[in-house]
Amino acid sequence: MRQKLVLHFPSTVVEQPFVYHLVKDMKLMVNILKANINPRKEGRMVVEVSGEKEDFLEGVEFLQSRGVKVFPLEQEIVWVKEKCTQCGACTVICPSGALSLKRPEMEIQFDDDKCIICEYCIKACPARAMEARY
Amino acid sequence: MLVKRTYEEINAKIRAGKAVVVTAEEVVSMARERGVEETAASVDVVTTGTFGPMCSSGVFLNLGQTKPKIKIKELYLNGVEAYSGLAAVDAYLGATQIPETDPANKRYPGDFNYGGGHLIEELVAGKEVLMEATSYGTDCYPKKKAEKMISLEEMPQAFLFNPRNAYQNYNVAVNLSDKTLYTYMGILKPDLGNANYSTAGQLSPLFNDPYYATIGMGTKIFLGGGIGYVSWFGTQHAPEAPRGDNGVPLAPAGTMAVIGDLKQMDPRWLRGMSFLGYGASLMVGIGIPIPILSEEILRHTAVGDDEIFAPVVDYSEAYPQGTGDTLGQVSYAELKSGEITIGERVVPSAPLSSYPGAREIAAMLKEWIQKGEFMLSRPAFTLPATNEGVDYMKSVGPAFSE
Repeated sequence: MRQKLVLHFPSTVVEQPFVYHLVKDMKLMVNILKANINPRKEGRMVVEVSGEKEDFLEGVEFLQSRGVKVFPLEQEIVWVKEKCTQCGACTVICPSGALSLKRPEMEIQFDDDKCIICEYCIKACPARAMEARY
Repeated sequence: MLVKRTYEEINAKIRAGKAVVVTAEEVVSMARERGVEETAASVDVVTTGTFGPMCSSGVFLNLGQTKPKIKIKELYLNGVEAYSGLAAVDAYLGATQIPETDPANKRYPGDFNYGGGHLIEELVAGKEVLMEATSYGTDCYPKKKAEKMISLEEMPQAFLFNPRNAYQNYNVAVNLSDKTLYTYMGILKPDLGNANYSTAGQLSPLFNDPYYATIGMGTKIFLGGGIGYVSWFGTQHAPEAPRGDNGVPLAPAGTMAVIGDLKQMDPRWLRGMSFLGYGASLMVGIGIPIPILSEEILRHTAVGDDEIFAPVVDYSEAYPQGTGDTLGQVSYAELKSGEITIGERVVPSAPLSSYPGAREIAAMLKEWIQKGEFMLSRPAFTLPATNEGVDYMKSVGPAFSE
């Protein structure tokens, strides 16, 4: 299975290794999409975790037992197609390739599997056709 | 075989539903397969299109009188100021005007979520807007203050009148500095992070009539989803820009002023734009039919993206300082591929002008003409092809009629 998670690290555990154990002990593939981790401060990470279901559940349990709060990622970036003028300004701003042009038609395509929710597109879109939803 | 057609002959064919119409995209491959001569012999009209941000746009509004009457000195529509130094209730609302309350770039880069362009889109979409007018009062216009909700329908007249649209070629914007730039050409990442361009290339109107053989004052066009007319050569019209062997300018060259009744337009083709750190604008849809009066005119419409070149300009220094320096030329075929090469560097490229929008406009115009709903009009005179301005003597008399 594969799921995007939001992890909240209390300041007391933020300096402990977690990803190491998820990878090494539970054999999970951890893709860090966004991280804000600083010494002695509360941290936040958005990760995509994939692996066997039991390993996944074990991983979540492990994180929770160490005081990390685990939430499913509910925020998403939505492409409002009716507002999109099909220009292409977003395609060089999107760092993950989620927004791209289909060639030769030059039509915008949005692949939300590739979206890392950096939100750069929201203000880069002159037509304001990209929206963050929670 | 020498191809010669007149406006009258073409219009007669349109009226009979027999005109052969192709888009400026279709004509490229057609001419490459069959040759220019054969294509010119069969095609009567080539339709073009462009749908891009055009800052030099706006609307003349007549708001209708109040009782008692008012001679407006200051006018705000949804907080956006419209120039009212005209007769009583006439005003001009520009696409880039932003509300007084907008922090603009005080909080850099500013969002510019709302401005004249958005207001125009809302009016065309039938929405009511807040009108706030003030005046000093006169014997003939005693009222000093008026405030009400108003819609486009309630306004006696409203027409789009854009002083500079549909630029014939435009810069490819890049950034050589080490900080991100926020421009009307979009976000430019540091150290050649990206290259943004903004024309529809082979579909763009003036690329298809590079010497303005057919486009001029009175040319009937697709404008903002409705009908409009070319009303003059646009501001900064620069026909003497350097040109390639095929006649296509290698730098920003011709421009047009266009006009049309706002009430018959469609918000889909007049869209308010917000450029981070720059301001508000209006995306305008324009389509121009090109009558194939001669083989030469067809030859110009058949120019493809690989034969049209744009200058690459650094927006950290060359553009703002007006140095005139360029970093070379790239073709629209390269720009559309998503990558261009500048010196040793491969740089991702992106359009600000909607190619699918341009294609749709050209296709719509083609359909209107095929159905006999859209006749071509002969301009009173064509756009000036030299810096001397309009050559009124070269008005479209003998040269263009029979």
